[in-house]
Amino acid sequence: MTNKKDTVTELEEVVIRFSGDSGDGMQLTGSLFSDTSALLGNDLVTFPDYPAEIRAPQGTVGGVSGFQVHFGRAQVNTPGDYADVLVAMNPAALKANTKWAKQGGTIIIDIDSFTEKNLERAGCTKDPLSQLGFNDFNIIKAPITTLTRESLKGLNLDAKSILRSKNMFALGMVYWLFHRPLEFTQKFLEDKFKKIPIVVEANKIVLKAGYYYAETIEALHPSYSVAPAKIEAGTYRNINGNTATAWGLIAASEKAKLPLFLGSYPITPASEILHELSKRRDLGVKTFQAEDEIAGICTAIGASFAGHLAVTTTSGPGLSLKTEATGLAVITELPLVIINVQRGGPSTGLPTKTEQSDLLQALYGRHGESPLVVLAASSPSDCFKYAFEASKIALEHMTPVILLTDGFLANGSEPWRIPDMDKFPAIKAPIVKEGTEDYQPYQRLDKSMVRGWAVPGTKGLEHRIGGLEKMAITGSVSYVPENHEVMTYEREEKINRVADVIPDLEVLGDKDGELLMIGWGGTYGHLYTAYRELKKEGVNLSFVHFNYIKPLPKNAHDILKRFKKLLVCELNTGQFANYLRMKFQDLSFQQYNKIQGLPFTVIELKEKIISVLEEK
Amino acid sequence: MSETKTLTPKDFKSDQEVRWCAGCGDHAVLSSVHRAMAELGYAKENYVVISGIGCSSRFPYYMNTYAFHSIHGRAAPIASGVKTANPELSVWVVTGDGDSMAIGGNHFIHVLRRNIDLNIILLNNQIYGLTKGQYSPTSKLGQITKTSPYGTIEPPFHPCELVIGAQGKFFARSIDNNVKLTTEILLEAEKHKGTSLVEVLQNCVIYNDKTFGYLTDREHKKDRQIVLRHGEPMIFGKDMDKGIVLDGLKLKVVKLGEDGLTEKDVLVHDAFEPNPIIHLLLGNMNYPNFPIALGVIRSVKADTYEVNLDKQIAEVKAASPIKTINDLLLSGNIWKV
Repeated sequence: MTNKKDTVTELEEVVIRFSGDSGDGMQLTGSLFSDTSALLGNDLVTFPDYPAEIRAPQGTVGGVSGFQVHFGRAQVNTPGDYADVLVAMNPAALKANTKWAKQGGTIIIDIDSFTEKNLERAGCTKDPLSQLGFNDFNIIKAPITTLTRESLKGLNLDAKSILRSKNMFALGMVYWLFHRPLEFTQKFLEDKFKKIPIVVEANKIVLKAGYYYAETIEALHPSYSVAPAKIEAGTYRNINGNTATAWGLIAASEKAKLPLFLGSYPITPASEILHELSKRRDLGVKTFQAEDEIAGICTAIGASFAGHLAVTTTSGPGLSLKTEATGLAVITELPLVIINVQRGGPSTGLPTKTEQSDLLQALYGRHGESPLVVLAASSPSDCFKYAFEASKIALEHMTPVILLTDGFLANGSEPWRIPDMDKFPAIKAPIVKEGTEDYQPYQRLDKSMVRGWAVPGTKGLEHRIGGLEKMAITGSVSYVPENHEVMTYEREEKINRVADVIPDLEVLGDKDGELLMIGWGGTYGHLYTAYRELKKEGVNLSFVHFNYIKPLPKNAHDILKRFKKLLVCELNTGQFANYLRMKFQDLSFQQYNKIQGLPFTVIELKEKIISVLEEK
Repeated sequence: MSETKTLTPKDFKSDQEVRWCAGCGDHAVLSSVHRAMAELGYAKENYVVISGIGCSSRFPYYMNTYAFHSIHGRAAPIASGVKTANPELSVWVVTGDGDSMAIGGNHFIHVLRRNIDLNIILLNNQIYGLTKGQYSPTSKLGQITKTSPYGTIEPPFHPCELVIGAQGKFFARSIDNNVKLTTEILLEAEKHKGTSLVEVLQNCVIYNDKTFGYLTDREHKKDRQIVLRHGEPMIFGKDMDKGIVLDGLKLKVVKLGEDGLTEKDVLVHDAFEPNPIIHLLLGNMNYPNFPIALGVIRSVKADTYEVNLDKQIAEVKAASPIKTINDLLLSGNIWKV
């Protein structure tokens, strides 16, 4: 953003980062701003960045909660690297986020919070304000606390509730700055607090107070506007990755004409899927909050045996706990969708941060030869598509499928053109009908090598399955050495044949050349943006992104082999690169890795690509 | 559930060769299950038998019903998933003392707390048989086993206490060699709506032989067992001359006819009483001071999980405008471009 003297300046795109104490309501503030912008027709991507502690010690850097939104009039695929506007509600928030503020950008602070005590809590030896060059930033020192208190003087509200509404003051200021109307937020407040009218009134007063304050003060630069994006016609809504995942499962259940069952145990950042599906009793969804991760997957396996579309949701440590039962689903060849919302690991690691480090666990983290299908979603909204696809493959191929999403996709949101459900395919599970003669539980039905699914309650198809190795065809227990080898290869080949039904990999850019950038899963937005910007700058670069990890698309090798340099970019130490090396031993891969619990920035990706291209 | 009265115990036997040791108590329990299922008269396809790992968990292979031999300790959650998905099925769990109270301990307490309508048969032989003779959570204190060559130093679990502690509504106990009593109890367990826990004291002929010998001994068994039946006075003994009375906060065995005590002074069994105190005292009666209580010790009516879930779904469905995924996609804040 540049300083201009006009009253309203048109901008292509803007990044705003709201930050404050984890009790300051920054997530809500950010969501409200995003919703308003989306309703005005901007394209956008959001990224909440919050601590694991619900209420970390007040005023400390560890307790800073942030919410970044990137909106624009053109396509937006990332939450943005650096913020044009940084809202910092206290010294800790400023300290933690200055590095994310763009040079020349605007910083709005609540000057009232810059007390000696708060500076000390934030661990500031010097006033962080004095360390910011005034020429570098447009700093607005707003007495937010004082003015919030002042504006609510007439209301009979306790001190705590008064302070709780100061986030609305900041939001009001930002709304003025970007020419946004207040009505959507006002409506939201009316709905949200309809049982406590005084809270509705207080929040509305403070929101307006912030708006008028921004208009009044001369220190503020002329306001900006971002025109609506030129996006495909259709009906839109905002959606985050976890909600999209939950809804994709419901869509699959409808298309399969099978009830949906979720067995799950709460874990960050996957719990929201359980929350959303728990609400969906209206669509007949059965959610079972189990006593632990193991019971989560085991109840799902039971429901699958009983003929449901069965799902379990978790994050890294939970996936570890589910591994033994996953093996049971592999050997019993029951359909099961396992959703792993990845976070930073190992162990408790960084529970609220994003990472792609569970890839090898998903592929190989089981005892025995235990093949299954692994997919990865690449944006908040396409979690819908891949949850649907995971369910379809699980049901039609009688196999567990692990869908990898991550904390960035799960919590990030974007406007989404609501899909036409008529265009989604029917899902046909191989359910064996009553009256089928000579049912053999492990008879392979067709080229896909799928076995028939005989559901309890169906007359004449009573049979036994279990964790012991089975005899081919009959499924009875077998310790025959050669049979174990036959069955091991059958299970592997069955998964390999899923490659017959998945789409080919698509290359963006030239089909051959100097450098191919390779990504998978949740990094798509950043990689795509880096690709798009570099292409615009005339850089010779191509890009492929993988959503189907096991099996890989059939044309993967054909595509990769046409490039001189292959650069695999991922948020781990190189798990996908190593997987590709194992699969394609004739090719040589370079890596670009980041393990900070944060997404890539577009800037660092572009720099890396340029440097790889310059290498001789 | 459709009922077909024509089935016999034989119809429930699978074609698999039974591979338990000769003399193992499991054979008799299998026979009791076959009999109970025939007697209940449900169609074969409506039974599901689920097990974990252990000697007892081989059970599903010998059943000609739908059955699932799963993984160690997890039969309860798998069965919970089956029953929750399809409440029309009659779902049975066969487990052992290690399977349900060691590795599956967490699931054991939670399935009882939820009160899902399952029949859980706990074959308690106080030893790990399949892994060849290590002590289990129910092994007696001081018991010599492969992993306790100098005697165990851990006090054992008593299943009845755990069941009651976990708010269990149905607890019964039988002994492997009494096929008739086991069958009778299994029928009661199936009729009870909610989690029915049936402990079967079971002899491991190889690793813990005659651990219940004091109870099965022909000469003394009538003095050492009492079969409790709802509404009947607690009288037992070879000559039916002993009774159980409540003495303050404790139970006491008395001799009828002595000190002017008559049948009227003896406790009458009330399995339906929600307050579990007496059930706990009865379940904990132990040799040599007391007879071991067999029969249905506790059977209390309560809501079941799967019924409440279906009820809630029906209520929410009736009140919600969202009937399809399309309705959901178009709900809330949407806008047209």
